[in-house]
Amino acid sequence: MKQVLGDRKTIAVLLAPALVTYSVVMLAPMLWSLGYTLFAGNPVRGFTWSGLDNLTKLFTDPKARQAIAFTIKYALTVTTGQVLVGYLLALLFVFFLKRASGVIRTLTFFPVVLPTVAVSLLFEKLFEIAPTSGPVNSLITALGGQQVNWFGAGSTAFAVIAIMDIWRSMGFYAVLLYAGLVDISEDVIESARLDGAGGWRLARHIVLPMSWPVLISALIFSINGTLKVFDSIYALTAGGPGNQTTR
Amino acid sequence: MIRSKSTGGRRRATLAAALCASIALALTACGDKDPGSSGSTSPGGQGTQDTPGGDFAYLGLTENTTVASVLTTLATSTCATDLAAYPLKESDYAQDQFDQQLQLLAGQDALPNLSSAPNAPALGVELYEGGYLVDFATALSEVGAADALLPAAASVVESLYDGHLIGLPNEFNIEGIWYNEKLLADNGIEPPATWDEFTAANATLSAAGVQPWSVAGKGGDGWNITRLVGNYIFRSVGPDGLNAVADGSAKLTDPEYVAAADAISAWGQAGYFGPAPTSIDYATAMNTFLTGQAAFYYMGSWALGNFNNPEENQIGADNIGFIPFPDVAGGNGSSDQVPANAGMPLMMSSSAWGDASKAWLKCIGDNFGAVALKDHGVISGFKVNEQVADLPELTQLVQGVMADAPSSVLWFEAKFSAEATTTSQTNAGLLAEGSMSGADFMAAVQADLG
Repeated sequence: MKQVLGDRKTIAVLLAPALVTYSVVMLAPMLWSLGYTLFAGNPVRGFTWSGLDNLTKLFTDPKARQAIAFTIKYALTVTTGQVLVGYLLALLFVFFLKRASGVIRTLTFFPVVLPTVAVSLLFEKLFEIAPTSGPVNSLITALGGQQVNWFGAGSTAFAVIAIMDIWRSMGFYAVLLYAGLVDISEDVIESARLDGAGGWRLARHIVLPMSWPVLISALIFSINGTLKVFDSIYALTAGGPGNQTTR
Repeated sequence: MIRSKSTGGRRRATLAAALCASIALALTACGDKDPGSSGSTSPGGQGTQDTPGGDFAYLGLTENTTVASVLTTLATSTCATDLAAYPLKESDYAQDQFDQQLQLLAGQDALPNLSSAPNAPALGVELYEGGYLVDFATALSEVGAADALLPAAASVVESLYDGHLIGLPNEFNIEGIWYNEKLLADNGIEPPATWDEFTAANATLSAAGVQPWSVAGKGGDGWNITRLVGNYIFRSVGPDGLNAVADGSAKLTDPEYVAAADAISAWGQAGYFGPAPTSIDYATAMNTFLTGQAAFYYMGSWALGNFNNPEENQIGADNIGFIPFPDVAGGNGSSDQVPANAGMPLMMSSSAWGDASKAWLKCIGDNFGAVALKDHGVISGFKVNEQVADLPELTQLVQGVMADAPSSVLWFEAKFSAEATTTSQTNAGLLAEGSMSGADFMAAVQADLG
């Protein structure tokens, strides 16, 4: 095998079909499209050179700026929420529920396997105000409050989006972080307890540092997902009201 | 044999260059074409494909099955003999990607014989000016169907496409305000004829616990709200009010235009459009009106199918009345200028103009109106060349309004760019909710108009 893979020709023959296909199907169109950013026009009237005009427009367009700002706000809020709630759930599993956590783990993980659009429709109905009041507004009314038009303002629509996406993914991060927490040796915890550490001090000086690597992995997973999200927001608000939740 | 390193290197470089060149050539073949490269023998067009026999290709919208159904009826029944040599070959494409598909096909000179027009009228004009489309002003005469179109419908198409008759009006819709007769009678309200009377009627209904209007403002469904803004401008500024915006001689941020959006926003603040227009989509708004939960509903005559369907319409077709958009005091427009549109017209490719297109155009011109009305209850912009019996009362009412209307107007976004149209329709819900001022709304749309 070493002899075969040591031969450059063999490597070329083995790689060439996939490389050529990938180049023709993926790389060339990508570069071609990138080239179009320097032109103005369309296939009907043809293209004319426009230099950096399109890029200048992109970076000075208030709508593009607004969408980028929303994306960053969404990514930071939801990533923080997903990992924090997931971590708290994982701590709950390990230190309080212990062996009885199986059912709760399954229940909190359940939303992860639900289709995104189904979850969006569920939350749309939960927070609905018209044509009928959803459960959330009904509860507010029952408690003597004023109904809220959740999808009528950017701030409240963002709150619903954040709640939905944190709820949808917290089970995944809980299970991921649980795997890291159960890896912490009982002996270490026990000896810390014998040394007088408990509650917050135990969490701050033992649990948190020892689960730090898996926590960082969870953050990377989460920020990667939240920066790219499209479907759940599109299905829930379609970027509205106006373009206030457009990303 | 020992090959020198430099020879091998040159060969590899040559091979790589050849590969790059072949990829570039293949890609270049997909690029744009020179619109002026072929001769011009078709009406308004650039080329000719006068082949005897052959398929007649139609590219429609996935969302609209009526046209394909009518064409199939023409091919298999009404014009079966004349069209036997030109079998119909149908395909469809989603409406939200349709414009891009048309551009791509035009760029490859591969537009089908017949297709739906693009969503953006500006692209239709561009295609025509590039020599891609048949001009029906001459083509209909050429095939002996010069009188096929209703003059009002032809005029709507021409005003949409800068005076060029490049679309066949497979639908002809008027728009206006439908009302629940019982709800108005129960509250002692006569159908309002002016904006002030409308405001008073809204107040009366609202005080009686009746939601005055049913509108949709969710996502991009807000067009029915911007229609109210546009119509107010047609009544106050005049029927050319939005043409002035299109040609740059006026701006939406001018006070008389802002007043129109403010009028709608004021109704929104008063709650006349219900508690949350941004949560209501098209189907829900229709359902709200047809289940008697709102008194007024702005809609086009394409909704007749829903109104005439007893399963959907629980208030009864005989309980629905129609009034034109009201006059605005001191305005330059008049309520007899009916908002009208031709749906998504059909256009024909000039490069595919030949015997197949001619035979089909003749058949469409002579029969489309009657088949669409008889089989689908759709009022088109074609003359109905045979008696169609047992038309529902509301359909006859609409036909009467069309026949009596001295002139028509388009709609708010008819001459806007796609970007401005999206901004307008997605912000309309906020306007109807009263949470966006008329000035802010108009400024947002004007920003996209440049």
